[in-house]
Amino acid sequence: MKNKLFHVSRRPAMPWWKSLLIRVIAIALALVVCAVVTMLFTGENPLNVFSAMISGSFGTSRKIWATLQGIAILLCVSLAVTPAFRMRFWNVGGEGQILMGGLACAACMIYFGDVVPNWVLILMMTVSAIVAGAIWGGIPAIFKAKWNTNETLFTLMMNYIATQLVAYFCNIWDKKGSGIVGVINPATEAGWFPVLGGQRYLLNVIIVAILVVFVYIYLNYSKHGYELTVVGESEKTARYVGIKVEKVIVRTMLLSGALCGVAGLLLVGGTDHSISTTIAGGRGFTAVMVSWLAKFNPVVMIVTSFILVFLERGSSDITSKFGLNKSFSDILTGIILFFIIGSEFFINYRIDLVHNTEKEAK
Amino acid sequence: MMSQIAFYFSRAIQQGIPLLFGSTGETLTEKSGNLNLGIPGVMYVGAISGVIGAFFYEQSGAALNPFLGVLIPLLCSLLGSLIMGLIYSFLTVTLRANQNVTGLALTTFGVGIGNFFGGSLIKISGADVPSLALSQTSAFFRTKLPFADSLGWFGEMFLSYSFLAYTAIIIAFVAAFVLNKTRLGLHLRAVGENPKTADAAGINVGRYKYVATCVGSMIAGLGGLYYVMDYASGVWSNDGFGDRGWLAIALVIFTIWKPDIGVLASILYGGVYILAINLLPTGGIAAVRELYKALPYLMTIIVLVITSMRNKKENQPPESLGLAYFREDR
Amino acid sequence: MSEKTPVIKMRDISKAFGSKIANDKVWLDIYRGEILALLGENGSGKTTLMNMLSGIYFPDEGEIYIDDKPVTIASPKDAFGFGIGMIHQHFKLVDVLSATENIVLGLPGKLDLKGAREQIKKICDTYGFDVNPDRKIYEMSVSEKQTVEIVKALYRGAEILILDEPTAVLTPQETDKLFNVLRAMRDDGKAIVIITHKMHEVEALSDRVAVLRHGHFVGDMLTKDTNAQEMTNMMVGRPVVLNIDRPEPKDPKPRIEVKNLTVRDMDGIIKLDNVSFTANTGEILGIAGISGCGQKELLEAIAGLQPVESGTVTYIEDDGKREELLGKDPLAIQNMGVALSFVPEDRLGMGLVGNMDLSDNMMLRSFRRGKGLFADRKTPHKLAEKVVHDLEVVTPSVSTPVRLLSGGNVQKVLVGREISEAPTVLLTAYAVRGLDINASYMIYDLINKQKEAGVAVIYVGEDLDVLLELSDRILVLCGGKVSGIVPGRGAKKRDVGMMMTRLGGTKDEK
Repeated sequence: MKNKLFHVSRRPAMPWWKSLLIRVIAIALALVVCAVVTMLFTGENPLNVFSAMISGSFGTSRKIWATLQGIAILLCVSLAVTPAFRMRFWNVGGEGQILMGGLACAACMIYFGDVVPNWVLILMMTVSAIVAGAIWGGIPAIFKAKWNTNETLFTLMMNYIATQLVAYFCNIWDKKGSGIVGVINPATEAGWFPVLGGQRYLLNVIIVAILVVFVYIYLNYSKHGYELTVVGESEKTARYVGIKVEKVIVRTMLLSGALCGVAGLLLVGGTDHSISTTIAGGRGFTAVMVSWLAKFNPVVMIVTSFILVFLERGSSDITSKFGLNKSFSDILTGIILFFIIGSEFFINYRIDLVHNTEKEAK
Repeated sequence: MMSQIAFYFSRAIQQGIPLLFGSTGETLTEKSGNLNLGIPGVMYVGAISGVIGAFFYEQSGAALNPFLGVLIPLLCSLLGSLIMGLIYSFLTVTLRANQNVTGLALTTFGVGIGNFFGGSLIKISGADVPSLALSQTSAFFRTKLPFADSLGWFGEMFLSYSFLAYTAIIIAFVAAFVLNKTRLGLHLRAVGENPKTADAAGINVGRYKYVATCVGSMIAGLGGLYYVMDYASGVWSNDGFGDRGWLAIALVIFTIWKPDIGVLASILYGGVYILAINLLPTGGIAAVRELYKALPYLMTIIVLVITSMRNKKENQPPESLGLAYFREDR
Repeated sequence: MSEKTPVIKMRDISKAFGSKIANDKVWLDIYRGEILALLGENGSGKTTLMNMLSGIYFPDEGEIYIDDKPVTIASPKDAFGFGIGMIHQHFKLVDVLSATENIVLGLPGKLDLKGAREQIKKICDTYGFDVNPDRKIYEMSVSEKQTVEIVKALYRGAEILILDEPTAVLTPQETDKLFNVLRAMRDDGKAIVIITHKMHEVEALSDRVAVLRHGHFVGDMLTKDTNAQEMTNMMVGRPVVLNIDRPEPKDPKPRIEVKNLTVRDMDGIIKLDNVSFTANTGEILGIAGISGCGQKELLEAIAGLQPVESGTVTYIEDDGKREELLGKDPLAIQNMGVALSFVPEDRLGMGLVGNMDLSDNMMLRSFRRGKGLFADRKTPHKLAEKVVHDLEVVTPSVSTPVRLLSGGNVQKVLVGREISEAPTVLLTAYAVRGLDINASYMIYDLINKQKEAGVAVIYVGEDLDVLLELSDRILVLCGGKVSGIVPGRGAKKRDVGMMMTRLGGTKDEK
């Protein structure tokens, strides 16, 4: 008879420092693999590679701010998808919700740019971005609530409809026929977010910092947050205590979409002052990983989004420094993600070596 | 008129073939209960692996042999996508990682691999345009049936494709046959629907998931290979493959997990794309074409909604889709 | 009969799960052409023992012999190989596949559905089964699914058939049908084992009975040589003397009035048929019946969780004001000021959230309290500490997820929360299932205290002895109908048992 060498069983719970240790080891291993891979392609000493990565993210104050901005936007999207995930609603439609928020915001800037006072304009941008994102998140939720339509697939499809909508408007708004909208209101800077303390990105960072606190409190202390957690854990229990499951699903996704809309607002109004089909830049998907790696905890998400942004910026710096192309950073990100994803197994399961001596004696 | 119809019809098929490969592969994968959102990445890797093979074969300086010119890229492509399938299976089946997150990471990784090696090859080849042309090997891939040209519109509509296109259709029908008529297919469906029951019936759940995911990845990877070697005439340009991987996932839903329907549905998707690009009226506003391009996704959503509303058991996603299986869980 | 040799011999079989010993050096013999009833209380290790024959578990120690040859059964596949087929309580069937596809699932060789269908027909004809081989599982009733499971085992050439509490989900008519089939199989020379804790099934069906208690083998004998009393004593380990307090109800007044309640499940099968009764304050109304006779639907209908076809459920306040509860969800009922507590059968799937800690679970009932957007987390935390203290819940802390607690402690948490709401109505379903004696008595005690506080208690139970000792009145359900309502004091177990199986309990046979 065949005997298994290992016996795998679920672990009850692990002390936090142990699980942290496992994750740190995973990242360290991943970095080693990344260094080997980089060495293969550049012939560079891995230490140089890492120091290049660090200087790529923190080398100059401009780079630090760019890194902070990157973290802020990614964190914003991650915060947005988190309430849905807590409810076990797999919102992979962040991309589309960001685009719709950005689109609504850009539309306001273009059509009302020189018509209303700037503060009214920014208010309009904010409201319309939030509403547009909420609608885009709410549609799949309604179908999920009513007919249990698979939300992963639905939100995924919504992304591409949003992309095409943006492409359509880019073509409409573009005067030169190239389908690219340049900087909006370059002369009047109407609808551009104000620059605080001489730092272009400071306002974005502050807004996202506030959102972290808001989402943290919403999830952990509010009645809504409690309700959506119960719905995620067991719909049967939720109904048993009189929670209206359908209402909670739709409400949570409206919030999730709205926060993605805010990310779109920050990108269009606070960063690019322009719109394109690629402004979201895959953050809707990266955010899924950020949120999941942080076990849906908004504060831990600061760390996980930092790791991902650092990797991306650092490795894009090595790629230019060593003459690789920028997609190299995606490969490194992928490798590190694989290691972190895989390490969860060692946190949730216990592996015992099976001693076969007794059984084989028979 | 007839020749025009034939022309657009054949364009629709050529658009549809990469999607057909992708959706057949993903259907097999999903039937085992694995929702592989890494398929877009897998298809990029399938494409670039073939390109790498072809590139070095062309660069080797040997006299090019049509047979090897096809075989080498084909094997490279299969190997590349197999590795991607193994990564996904190892993480989700052996390590029971979250399938959504793993899939998305795999897409990031795969698209990165594609564009990185693509970009590097472009650099090595020293081209002054940001693309890489593999005209010789591509020509081998694009060999048509010998009598296609002599049969007018009929020839163009049905016989003017390369062997990979026919392979896609054959694979789809074979997949449908295997799923519905063989014990292997029955067991695979059981694994995706109810792994506990399958396990109790003595079916090796893990092995089925691994094999289905890896074979599925290899088939999907061929879609990438077809795109670059045939549809794009051997020209690799970064991000050229676009969002076809997601479209392939959409197609899986659209066909309600039936590969034989996929043959027609992929032509329909291709046709809608061709219509959107070339034929549908725009009222003078070119931008409207961008809206038309959303049609396949909209169609998919409608199918998704209708199947969930009708709630017919047979048309639902496999019951355990997206869930990791662990025997000792209750 | 005495010269027979057993087809299966289990010797010194032990199995432990962590620190819990499920089987301890168990001996068991199974004979061809016999129906063996494996009898024991919940948690006595019957199912575990049989799972070791069917390859689900592997024994830690001990030997299994088939026809006197030692064998190793490491997987369900091995078990099929030895001709052992087991029908589990939770059917192992794939919903979207047809009966035939399910039956051939996992077998080697070329797929020949046509041939399989014919063979299935043949098996059905031999033993009198009624199965449509092309029907999808999800279209089938529970009893049809069970039949498919049995046919599946026979199709695989099972000579030894094990059924785990097969009648738990069947109506009396279906049970009779099943028993006939099992007898036919026995007469065909097969060995049959049925796991049960129901005495009347043992008497009606089995040739031999083996008794387990707390994982130990107590003994076996021919059914005709024993009687219910002896078997019960063996099962429980001592003459059953339950001694549960039953204070006289004080000033009972109608609280819940159910009239002509009719409920159908999602498949349109009637679950409750024209049920009427009244539950009084300060009184325990016991609900008896074979499981699946509508108890769950009855409680859920009162609690606002079950759509109802017709009838009324009226709540009567102290001042005689009447309010209709039907058509309202639990929140609406709560908002009306009706303090209704419900301890459901599915503790971790419905009553509690397994992944949440004790204090978060306390919040389930109270999180809406108070104005504002924020939920009060202090009061539930204090309540959790109080419940842990008062009910002696064994837990590392109040911030431990409840799924990590043992069954008895989970139930204490649930009951503790439900009675902390100062209910006027308390519904409990199988409140002591899976609990040890001490925990059970604590629960009885808590329920009695509620009764003394004037609460109208509706207690659904499966242990007739307890129902008879605890209840002031007993409503007996039979196939969704009220078979009768009898006073708890002085009721005879035999009579109530009769009423459970036949409407009104009339003994027309004798």
